[in-house]
Amino acid sequence: MKADIVIVGGGPAGLAAAIAAAKEDSNLNILILERDHELGGILNQCIHNGFGLHTFNEELTGPEYAARFEEQLYGLGIRYMLDTMVLDVASSAVTAVNSKEGVFTVECGAIVLCMGCRERPRGALNIPGLRPAGVFTAGTAQRLVNIEGFMPGREVVILGSGDIGLIMARRMTLEGAKVKAVCELMPYSGGLKRNIVQCLDDFDIPLLLSHTVIDIKGKERVTSVVIAEVDDHLKPVPGTEQEISCDTLLLSCGLIPENELSRSAGVKINPATNGPVVNESFETSIPGVFACGNVLHVHDLVDYVSEESGRAGRSAARFVKANKAGEGPVINIKNGNGIRYTVPSFVRVNELDGDLVIRFRSGNVYRDSYINVLFDGETKLHRRKPIITPGEMEQVILKKEDLTGAISEILIEITEN
Amino acid sequence: MDNSFDVIIIGAGVTGCAVARELSRYDCSVLVIEKDEDVCCGTSKANSGIVHAGYDAKPGTLKAKMNIRGNEMMTSLCEELDIPFKRIGSLVVCTDESLRSGIEELYARGITNGVPDLKILESDEVRELEPNISDDVVCALYAPTAGVICPFRLNIALAECAAQNGVEFKFDTQVTNIRSDGDHWIIETSDKTYNARTVINAAGCHADDIHNLVSENKLHITPRRGDYMLLDRSLEGFVKHVIFPQPTKMGKGILVTPTVHGNTLVGPTAVDIESKDEAPVTAEGLVKVQEGAVKNVKGLPLKQVITGFSGLRAHEDGGEFILEEAEGCPGFFDCAGIESPGLTACPAIGEYMASLVSSRLSLKQKDNWNGICKDVIRPFELPPEERENLISNNPEYGRIICRCETITEGEIIDAIRRPLGAKSLDGVKRRTRAGMGRCQGGFCSPRVMDILSRELGLPLEAITKSGGNSKIVTGRTKDEG
Repeated sequence: MKADIVIVGGGPAGLAAAIAAAKEDSNLNILILERDHELGGILNQCIHNGFGLHTFNEELTGPEYAARFEEQLYGLGIRYMLDTMVLDVASSAVTAVNSKEGVFTVECGAIVLCMGCRERPRGALNIPGLRPAGVFTAGTAQRLVNIEGFMPGREVVILGSGDIGLIMARRMTLEGAKVKAVCELMPYSGGLKRNIVQCLDDFDIPLLLSHTVIDIKGKERVTSVVIAEVDDHLKPVPGTEQEISCDTLLLSCGLIPENELSRSAGVKINPATNGPVVNESFETSIPGVFACGNVLHVHDLVDYVSEESGRAGRSAARFVKANKAGEGPVINIKNGNGIRYTVPSFVRVNELDGDLVIRFRSGNVYRDSYINVLFDGETKLHRRKPIITPGEMEQVILKKEDLTGAISEILIEITEN
Repeated sequence: MDNSFDVIIIGAGVTGCAVARELSRYDCSVLVIEKDEDVCCGTSKANSGIVHAGYDAKPGTLKAKMNIRGNEMMTSLCEELDIPFKRIGSLVVCTDESLRSGIEELYARGITNGVPDLKILESDEVRELEPNISDDVVCALYAPTAGVICPFRLNIALAECAAQNGVEFKFDTQVTNIRSDGDHWIIETSDKTYNARTVINAAGCHADDIHNLVSENKLHITPRRGDYMLLDRSLEGFVKHVIFPQPTKMGKGILVTPTVHGNTLVGPTAVDIESKDEAPVTAEGLVKVQEGAVKNVKGLPLKQVITGFSGLRAHEDGGEFILEEAEGCPGFFDCAGIESPGLTACPAIGEYMASLVSSRLSLKQKDNWNGICKDVIRPFELPPEERENLISNNPEYGRIICRCETITEGEIIDAIRRPLGAKSLDGVKRRTRAGMGRCQGGFCSPRVMDILSRELGLPLEAITKSGGNSKIVTGRTKDEG
């Protein structure tokens, strides 16, 4: 089998990348390989609204947002295969399996990695206790409720304040369950402010910051969990234990980009994002292999996934057309004070497709602070922000024309003044 | 099911099932009674999965004899029963020159016990075998005959083989009392009452409770908990052998080993506890596991943990396997105190116990016994041509359900439909590995639940994690509230 571009994953990133690539060059033979039995990825189970404010200026549900892209995809006649699992990615070939074709290889000119992310499971959190039924990651619970139509439980404690956990606190409450508490290990929430207000505050669900679960009880099904406050070193403080009776513990303790295929292909991974290191074109360390969406870095908003993925898709189309890697001077983007990571990691100005959008996350909570951008030590941008938190992605947009000249480094930092 | 049997085995762990398979060679009726919903639900489900070489146990003990014999039997048994087994060798690492004599003692004990090919390696030789070994390594005892095995498949395959040769199994059935009517043993259970000419007590941590129902000569078993951490398969090759510290009186210490499936396993701790049925992982235990691991293996990326679990060892006060007819109880045989090296020893224990029972009952061997039993077909372990044929004839072998371990719907269906098939998520997991990978069933568990529901003809609400009341969902949405 042959294709100009193979897109691994048909979620929001894959859809946007495919559409943008097809629009860039309608002659390209594009193929999406999707492991699930429908396109749309995790959006299919996100039946709450709030998607598309930036892209469509509307508040859509997840399935509605996906449908907008799927319609475009059908209109453009882009090929896709469902129930198809990619087993291996090499620099110009993708191997996959499905029940019709068996194991097959697609030779291709470019690859866009759009595998998304997975949730950190209980085992990776080292939560002590028994291992009864009733412990779910928030996303698994979301699938059970929204796709399968079943309740994971009736009395719920949630560990972690990631967005899916917050959304599920509201969802479970609306379905008649009692959500007794959301515990967050850190002194700040991992989710969006709007979700804390709309999903917890509006339903009087307590958010207990600097709290964790230290024991899970129940032999067959969860009967209770023990929570405790944690100190500055995130260790439980003796004497603060509280046992909460419940039949369910939901976990929303972080998302991990699914880069097993990328790693085995030899793609260089950024330890801060657990996603590939990419340039302005969302190209990884392997020429012709691009990455976008949550496989690259975990996003808060799908609108940004779509926008980045569009850039990745266009870049892949151009790569196929030019049949060579981009060139020209390289500007490195450096993490200064308070910055955990940036995407992209470096820029080739010649290859820029419009303005340069740099997205990043802070490593801590900063109030009344400034985001600074320095070109080779010279301040180019100094912007006040009332609050910066790790749970909300930040961005700066730099004009392409400002990046001309001999700049070797862009530094982004957070300062008090 | 008739209520009378020649032999009733109590416990479908690896010991009970090994005895069952050996007895299935003979012309006799055998019933295995298990309190849980499946085989491999107690001590057998959570251990190191190590086939020990046999230098630990004191010479002359049953532990030593059964270990050596079990290790010898393991290669052919694993071929017959299609069990993943790799003889990767073990190292007992000495990191303190003043403790070198301990390694020499172990070596001498191993030689006396009859362990083949034992060697003491000096630090350079150890580093050559294990580049990530601690810089403090002084020397190590190398035992090339040690190995790693899939403990689940071992237990399940022994049971499947026994079942295919006529052994009956009764699950979810608790033995409540045992008495003798002079001729037979009368076994009262949470279900029916059975009678048997002979009884094998293979009840793991409960073997003392079962024994003490009939014998005046009381046994006492302490459940000894061990915490483990399982690390991601991406670390495959970080260690290549089973790496032990020097042993203490509480056991063999915290080991670091590849599993037969390419994960890295670290543990166990050893803490005596009260409960025989609940083994919670503890925070202190996980800390000890991590401290223990890095003593012998430098730079082990413990952050790559995918799950923690804990298991129980059935430690009898005397610290020895008890494999005998209980005093004053003719026809009642104990397999008690089966802690490490119990997994290694199980084929030998099966052989030994079957010989005791067969001579007691004057049993004759069957001429149609079939000792071969195939595992679930694994499409990604087949040569490409066979795999493609399999998928074109059975498309469900091309449908991946568990992404992390690349497990197909075909494998899950096979695990459910085969004799003594899976009835729960854990049952599917132990037979196929679906849900055992890095996302720990986050993606596949709703899909496996759907398959279980379809195959077993049960509503989704009835599907359990591990039988009993371990139901996964509590009802439909909008039903209550």
